[in-house]
Amino acid sequence: MTSSTADIDAVARPRAIVAGHGELPQGLVNAVDCISGCGAVFIPLSNYGLAGSDIEAKLRQLADEHGIRVFFTDLPGGSATIAVRRLMRTDSSLILITGTNLSTLLEFVFQPDAPVGDAARHAADKGRATLVVTGDDEPPASAPSENR
Amino acid sequence: MSVALYRIDDRLIHGQVVVGWGQPLNIGFIVLVDDDVATCDWEQDLYRMGVPPEMEIIFADVPTAVRDHAAYTGDKRRGVLVTPDISTMRRLVEGVPEISDVNVGGIHHRAGRVPRLRYVFLTPDEEGELAAISGRGVRVTAQDVPNARQVALAEFRRLKGDEPAT
Repeated sequence: MTSSTADIDAVARPRAIVAGHGELPQGLVNAVDCISGCGAVFIPLSNYGLAGSDIEAKLRQLADEHGIRVFFTDLPGGSATIAVRRLMRTDSSLILITGTNLSTLLEFVFQPDAPVGDAARHAADKGRATLVVTGDDEPPASAPSENR
Repeated sequence: MSVALYRIDDRLIHGQVVVGWGQPLNIGFIVLVDDDVATCDWEQDLYRMGVPPEMEIIFADVPTAVRDHAAYTGDKRRGVLVTPDISTMRRLVEGVPEISDVNVGGIHHRAGRVPRLRYVFLTPDEEGELAAISGRGVRVTAQDVPNARQVALAEFRRLKGDEPAT
């Protein structure tokens, strides 16, 4: 991780939205806070009970309110991801990271001074690298699809 | 019949459809019936990105879906057909008498809609449209995910959205 503790304000202010299914966004942000004390970097948004257009409207409202350009979502084919892609249609400065896990968010938290695009790419690389299978020497017969 | 599910879902392609139903039903294709999406390349690209590469997605307006329905059912793969709203499904059912079951999967809150289930909110007009579908001999049930309880139209029309999750 690229750690920086010099700018506490930068670590604490919202810099990204975490959106996805059920209570996962809140849970992920809560876990970030437990580990780093920096859960405030993220605004969680569940898609629960919302139509696609409502998810899009809520994401837009939160992004505008907090000046946020970075969105973390869970499933690449999920409704939150599709809503962010709709926002990206009219704002090419937005950045979307899908398949988010805890390591992804933690990496992002500790790059408060990096350009958000760089921070997002590093975070995605980190999250991807932490998916490890241990305890099975044989490769699976067929790998599951990544694009869900 | 290779169309395993005829679903009304205002989110169209999303996790519940692609993964929740797609995995257990071993879905090979999705027919997305929406008059607007059928004419918009950008919208189609958006939904195409949401499905795994081994899953085909077919875009159609209602007349095309009616015309091509026999091809969908003749496909060796299993498929899901999804519409964004009740009126689209009603038009489809009127054009395809072979459709025997309709799944209400997700109609979310809007002004004027009343909660019936936690994932189904309906206006009086929409209830009338579902009743019209049912009146054609189609079995209309609500069920968001495969392991949830199927709720018949006659039952969920009486509910107020506070039923247990399963």
